[in-house]
Amino acid sequence: MTAVIDKPATEPSRWAAPPRPVWEEKPSHTGLAAKGLVLALACLAILFPLWIVIVTSLSSRKTIDEAGGLVMIPKDITFVAYQELLSGGQVTRAAIISIVITLVGTLFSMTVSVLCAYGLSRTGSLGHRWILMTLLATMFFSAGLIPTYLLVQSLGLTDSYLALILPSAISVFNILVLRGFFQGISQELIDSARIDGAGDFRILWQIVMPLSRAVIAVITLFYAVGYWSAWFNASLYLNDQDMMPLQNVMIQLVQKQEAPVGLGQAIKTGQLSGLAVQMAVMVMALLPVAVLSPFVQKHFKKGMLTGAVKG
Amino acid sequence: MSNSTVPRSRAEAETTEKTPVASGGATGPRSKPSGKLSLKLRWRRDRVLLLMTLPAVALVLLFNYVPILGNVVAFQDYDPYISDNGVVSILNSPWVGVENFQRIFEDSAFWQAVQNTLVLFFLQLVLFFPVPILLALLINSVIRPRVRAIAQAVLYLPHFFSWVLVIAVFQQLLGGAGLLSQLLRDHGYDGLDVMTDPNTFKFLVTAQAVWKDAGWGIIVFLAALASVSPDLYEAAAMDGAGRWRRMWHVTLPALRPVIALLLVLRVGDALTVGFEQILLQREAVGPGASEVLDTFVWWNGVRNQDFGYAAAAGLIKGVISIGLVLAANKVAHLMGEQGVYKK
Repeated sequence: MTAVIDKPATEPSRWAAPPRPVWEEKPSHTGLAAKGLVLALACLAILFPLWIVIVTSLSSRKTIDEAGGLVMIPKDITFVAYQELLSGGQVTRAAIISIVITLVGTLFSMTVSVLCAYGLSRTGSLGHRWILMTLLATMFFSAGLIPTYLLVQSLGLTDSYLALILPSAISVFNILVLRGFFQGISQELIDSARIDGAGDFRILWQIVMPLSRAVIAVITLFYAVGYWSAWFNASLYLNDQDMMPLQNVMIQLVQKQEAPVGLGQAIKTGQLSGLAVQMAVMVMALLPVAVLSPFVQKHFKKGMLTGAVKG
Repeated sequence: MSNSTVPRSRAEAETTEKTPVASGGATGPRSKPSGKLSLKLRWRRDRVLLLMTLPAVALVLLFNYVPILGNVVAFQDYDPYISDNGVVSILNSPWVGVENFQRIFEDSAFWQAVQNTLVLFFLQLVLFFPVPILLALLINSVIRPRVRAIAQAVLYLPHFFSWVLVIAVFQQLLGGAGLLSQLLRDHGYDGLDVMTDPNTFKFLVTAQAVWKDAGWGIIVFLAALASVSPDLYEAAAMDGAGRWRRMWHVTLPALRPVIALLLVLRVGDALTVGFEQILLQREAVGPGASEVLDTFVWWNGVRNQDFGYAAAAGLIKGVISIGLVLAANKVAHLMGEQGVYKK
């Protein structure tokens, strides 16, 4: 409350429109209404399906039966589907696998990418141009699925989680975005650190990284989302069903309408709604990204722009 | 190692010396005199930087360049059962010349995949490509900061969802047991399963792509719009240009290079249309309507273990794709745009 009173009266609310320049026409009411409507519909087209998924996952078997399937208006909230899924068993294991792969993979990808981006950020350094060309060229061709598959197989990575991390570990685009950002850091600052005796690793860790928090947050999100969403490499390189990450389990449960291992009985006897279980798995897959991405959102444009301009 | 870098870095040193402007913004003691330093000094100065790029370069060489060699199986009757090791199998598989390619050109399933790929490409070009531009113009005209931030947060969100999730969401809405069928049945109609209908599948794929990525696509356009100087709008208004004329003569020209760049990228990537997305739905819809070039390769190679055949199809796609990238760039240059790389 006091915060509101302390606020200077002149500061405009972020809800309010900034003052209109004198030369601009006053917007018509119909125009504003049409704009608002289109924007609202676009947002609704995204949020409404998610709402239904979340509400159904939290509904009891009775509510779901009454609604004849998907629930639009929540009547009773129950976490029973989540409790069952997270009490050990197939989905719990898949979720843990996905979390670990995402954490380890993102850490690995970020380490390799940040090092490479910094290594390439000094124009004119030895071999700089050749390395850059080598990386850039990969954006224009792909070796193809079959040769890549044969390579991963030859390296003995089949049935190993390394097959889910190494082949897709770095994105050249992400490296270019990081590099573009690093190049924008004042050269004087880096030179003065060097004169003070700091080596490149130390400059990267103590000067460049702290100044690049925004872009590092964005790229970390990109990598993490990539690992979290991946399913194809697992379907290609893993044969053991017990090793599958969450997305692959979701394919079985939601697309192929199978019951989770161990929960089939509970669903058959009616203790648990099969639909609520499916929805709960979907919510588990969407929750981490839906929660994290808005925090990083304000940096998106900056990150993408530096990458586009200097790439 | 150091032997091979000698001519390279000399050549590079010469070029940087000749064109000091081209080296970009970074002008420190590190970049300026680099042309005059001896190789030994440059090595001592930059070896840590080289060491830093090493892991990434090794990964790229191993997973992007080495597999190119694997395309030789396209000219083999590759037998995956010779050994668990692909290299051993390649060395022991019989060579068959261009037989795989001949088989492909006679395979109606291949031509069906080509047709589906091209139809999907054009459909998405017409129905997907303009959506982010229109959305960006809309968002850009919203001046209340809070409204704008919320709308952006919502529109960006589906980009971060996996294809598995997006298709699961669509299934809940449009599938046989989905919301649409549920509503239809409640009102006495028959249910409708859009998810398994081959006739409308290409529109379904396009709708899914729009739902997932159209919002994300506005970022680039918003950045371009933000870089337009407000003075231009003011000057145009002073000259009597109304709202729409200002959009036509100021806003759209500002977007033109970005639109051209994205068009070039899209055309260069024309043969790649939603591999994961379509693979996930291939079974439900059937290959007739859903098979595209990438899934054709997957089906023949991974599923049917006919690796030589699949690799040949992949190679055809790869070679045409490189041609398309170069051609699209050429057109962009002819039109006076920058394209992906400079002339």
